[in-house]
Amino acid sequence: MDKRVASIAEAVAGIPDGATVMIGGFGGSGAPVELIHALVDRFVATGSPKDLTIVNNNAGNGRVGIAALIDHGMVRKMVCSFPRSSDPRAFTEKYLAGEIELELVPQGTLAERIRAGGAGIPAFYTPTSFGTELARGKPVAEFEGRSYVQERWLKGDYALIKAEIGDPHGNLAYRMAARNFAPLMAMAAAHTVVQVTRLVPLGGIEPEAVVTPGIFVDAVVEASRPEQEEALVRAGTHYA
Amino acid sequence: MNIKLSNAQIAWRAAQDIADGAYVNLGIGFPEMVAKFQPAGRAAVFHTENGVLGFGEAPPEGQEDWDLINAGKKAITLKPGASFFHHADSFAMVRGGHLDVAILGAFQVAETGDLANWSTGPKGVPAVGGAMDLVHGAKHVAVVIDHLTKDGKPKLVQRCTMPLTGVGCVTRVYTSLAVVDIEGGRFVLREKLPAISLVALQSMTGAQLHQDGVIADLLVPDL
Repeated sequence: MDKRVASIAEAVAGIPDGATVMIGGFGGSGAPVELIHALVDRFVATGSPKDLTIVNNNAGNGRVGIAALIDHGMVRKMVCSFPRSSDPRAFTEKYLAGEIELELVPQGTLAERIRAGGAGIPAFYTPTSFGTELARGKPVAEFEGRSYVQERWLKGDYALIKAEIGDPHGNLAYRMAARNFAPLMAMAAAHTVVQVTRLVPLGGIEPEAVVTPGIFVDAVVEASRPEQEEALVRAGTHYA
Repeated sequence: MNIKLSNAQIAWRAAQDIADGAYVNLGIGFPEMVAKFQPAGRAAVFHTENGVLGFGEAPPEGQEDWDLINAGKKAITLKPGASFFHHADSFAMVRGGHLDVAILGAFQVAETGDLANWSTGPKGVPAVGGAMDLVHGAKHVAVVIDHLTKDGKPKLVQRCTMPLTGVGCVTRVYTSLAVVDIEGGRFVLREKLPAISLVALQSMTGAQLHQDGVIADLLVPDL
């Protein structure tokens, strides 16, 4: 078994128009910038993929990463908890013009819906959002005297995530707080594509240090000097 | 009457109630100041939604590591004993009753404990983040807040008129004038600035302030 892919372009080549793509990261921490930009490159060259539904905590920052996907008109819908950032122009302009759809999900509900999608749990009850406008239309049930809102699983056609270390089986370990949504998205997507900063041989990660077991991963590609989204935003980088 | 506490002083007062070893989540912005005022000899463990327990102050400028941030996307540092975890575990800590205290900002707090702190209405781009999760599960959900809005309206009200974050979730409010508990669907006044009369305080509050025993003086150092 070898899940290594030779190039970043090849790693994102199969993503079709209309796909739901889960993208790891919380702000710049864990954002798989190289995979996202490879998707932009493909779109610029071929006009595809477009009409994407993107799942991420945020909706892009500055003119790079997810914001570049939005700028290029590749995104039909965002599923996120917090579509604001230090420079939210890309999403804000399209949203206020009615050119992009938003499904706003409380952050913990977003995480749990993704986890449920990966764990084969079609729905669950959470106290979060009970009595608020974000619970509108959702079934409510009482357990032990408290009210809970039913939420449904969230699954992706693809997940694009970043890990610090990966091996050819797709076993992964992350760097600091960069793991955030990545282990959940790896579970919840039909095809999980990972950019790793360091690709190591089998046995190169201690089994006890593996955070995401390779069973959840389909493709691993090395990007040994990844860009940090926050640094790109601060430098005013525009990925066109 | 112009006498009121500064945000730093409100944060200081809230910090006095946090026990040694408590697991605490501080909301983005003003509530983050609470961490600065932990009493000597007490150390809380701070949680941030994006997957860190046991973080410390911001690093010096130029030494940021953008893989190590808090929920406000600000660079942080780690204290000995820190840990990392993914988002589902992070919110299990929140909803699962494992946090001792969550301290949040607010637009309005109702006497029922309802909280409005995420949306001012339908204009613009809505964003909720972790606010609706954080109000469920922590043993104490406290709010730090100016007693009045900028145009002089009470923030403590009978019923919230702004979009709700959570229903019946707030247990204590630290304002620029008073400390108020929420018990049985009522505001119970615990402390007030000595320079403000009960009548004046009530006139600046949108619901009845109840008394249950002694009302202590709200005494805070100059900061």
